[in-house]
Amino acid sequence: MSTIEPAIGGGVPEPVSPLREAWTVYRRNAPAVFGTLLLFAIVAFVLYGTFIYKGDPYEIVWAPQTPPGVEATVPLGTDNLGRDLLRGLLKGGGPTLAVGAAAAIITLVIGILLGGIAGYFGGWIDDLLMRITEFFQVLPALLFAMVVITLFSPSTITTSIAIGVVLWPQTARLTRAEFLKIRELEYVMAARSIGARNGRIMWKVILPNALPPLIVSATLTVGVAILFQAGLSFLGLDDPNTMSWGLMIGTNRQYILDAWWPVTFPGVAIFLTVFAVSLVGDGLNDAFNPKLRER
Amino acid sequence: MGLTAYIVRRLIYGIILLAGVLVLNFFLIHAAPGDPAETIAGAMGGATAEMLSGIRAAYGLDKPLLTQLAIYLGHVAHGDLGMSYYFNQPVISLIAARVGPTILLVFAAQLIAITVGVVMGVLAARKPSGPLSAVITVLSTVGYAAPVFWTGIMLIILFASIIPIFPVDGMTSARFSGGFVAHVVDVLYHLALPAFTLAIIFLAQYSRLSRASMIDVLGADYVRTARAKGLSETKVVFRHALRNAVLPIITVAGIQFGNLISGALLVESVFNWPGMGRLAFDSVLRRDYPTLLGILFFAALMVVIANLLTDLSYRFADPRIRTGGR
Repeated sequence: MSTIEPAIGGGVPEPVSPLREAWTVYRRNAPAVFGTLLLFAIVAFVLYGTFIYKGDPYEIVWAPQTPPGVEATVPLGTDNLGRDLLRGLLKGGGPTLAVGAAAAIITLVIGILLGGIAGYFGGWIDDLLMRITEFFQVLPALLFAMVVITLFSPSTITTSIAIGVVLWPQTARLTRAEFLKIRELEYVMAARSIGARNGRIMWKVILPNALPPLIVSATLTVGVAILFQAGLSFLGLDDPNTMSWGLMIGTNRQYILDAWWPVTFPGVAIFLTVFAVSLVGDGLNDAFNPKLRER
Repeated sequence: MGLTAYIVRRLIYGIILLAGVLVLNFFLIHAAPGDPAETIAGAMGGATAEMLSGIRAAYGLDKPLLTQLAIYLGHVAHGDLGMSYYFNQPVISLIAARVGPTILLVFAAQLIAITVGVVMGVLAARKPSGPLSAVITVLSTVGYAAPVFWTGIMLIILFASIIPIFPVDGMTSARFSGGFVAHVVDVLYHLALPAFTLAIIFLAQYSRLSRASMIDVLGADYVRTARAKGLSETKVVFRHALRNAVLPIITVAGIQFGNLISGALLVESVFNWPGMGRLAFDSVLRRDYPTLLGILFFAALMVVIANLLTDLSYRFADPRIRTGGR
């Protein structure tokens, strides 16, 4: 400890790493913390729930359209065929979350690759790639995903790819903007002056510094991808043999005026998941951009 | 660059994009596993080898791929999108019968979302840390996170059995009689719930955006000047601030058009709205390629036109772009 005290205030503040600073901001953000806990709870429910509450979600176990809370064996009631809704919710969560995550990863890979190349090289490469991006943005995403899924028979993998293929343009534009900004900074010039090759500069020097906004965007993309997966399986375009929350809503929608619960519970599950993911995304955004916090 | 030259350039660019859409869709569909001829035959109920080759000849499926593409592009240029395999009707007339309701739904939803969203955002911006701001932030996140088809179903349950004041099915009443005005009222009455459902997803973005944009603008010097002149708060907010805050909203409104069409596909399915969504769904299930191609093309056409209109309204809303451009 130094014995000399500075004249004003409590001294020079300790340098704080940006990540630590972001974490400090994040954990003081009540909605973000709530979203994180909610998301953990949902993931735990889906991952471990099936081990505690076992059973085939397609099996007919009780009278059709048993309301929730009436029969102890089917706590959330049954659907139009007499299938246990709680089993469906537990089993259906896995594909929904998996497709959301996988599609977000595909989006990120395509978007970062194309956006990074466009932003780093500029010139005609940038022009060409941005025209391709605009081209994909003209196609309404859900319709385009419907076509891709129909062409290559429906499965969890096809759905993930279809969603990833339609969602990447936004990530590409964001990556490009970040690369354009960062490539002019001194440390990039320093890396170039010591003879680093383009690939190294792009992925080892620029990308790590462009990550914060990309992480935010990836988080929000998970939410969008979950909504897409739900919409596609609601329409019956996902694999009908894979239980999912959207499929549960789709198969029970004809009977909504007789029984509200078979469509309400899966919808609440999708809503809570996307809500939690957006709270986390907003929280990360605030944490990485302290300047924008007051907005 | 003059306005005319600008419009011409944008038009040409739009046409190139649309031609690209045609080429992409064509190759995507031909890259897929499965023989279209067998699909047609299947829809007609089993087929012999002769029948299959007959179908291939009738639909041009036996020609080389590039020839098929050239034939297709030539037909499209003449307004012919082919015959639907399943409906056995020209695709263009199938789409023509359904494009109106979809456009009506999309525009109504966009109008509701922008109006309500901007009003919410402006109100919230006047007290950025007030309770209304918090309520709007929560409401907009909630509206965004709920799947649109589920929101629609929940509204149907609400309005069909609990408070039956809005129709929940179709575009017109079955037992309908009356003149033109009565017909318009009937359609608007049926439009209320689907349009509101679709608008809910986009409310979030517009209210957040206009709130952020208004906070920026309200802190600007010219707003302080306007206040210093002694103008009423309403005049300051709506005449001076909002006009400047509206630019980012126009940009986003243009970008959202494709997403509105995507959302409309689901909303149409929930409310039995007789638009392109239902047709897309049917043609996907029947592997009805020409219809699917036609719908994708029309959807892209709608987006291109919307983008063009957005660009133009941007030029009118921001005098700097207009004068700087000339």
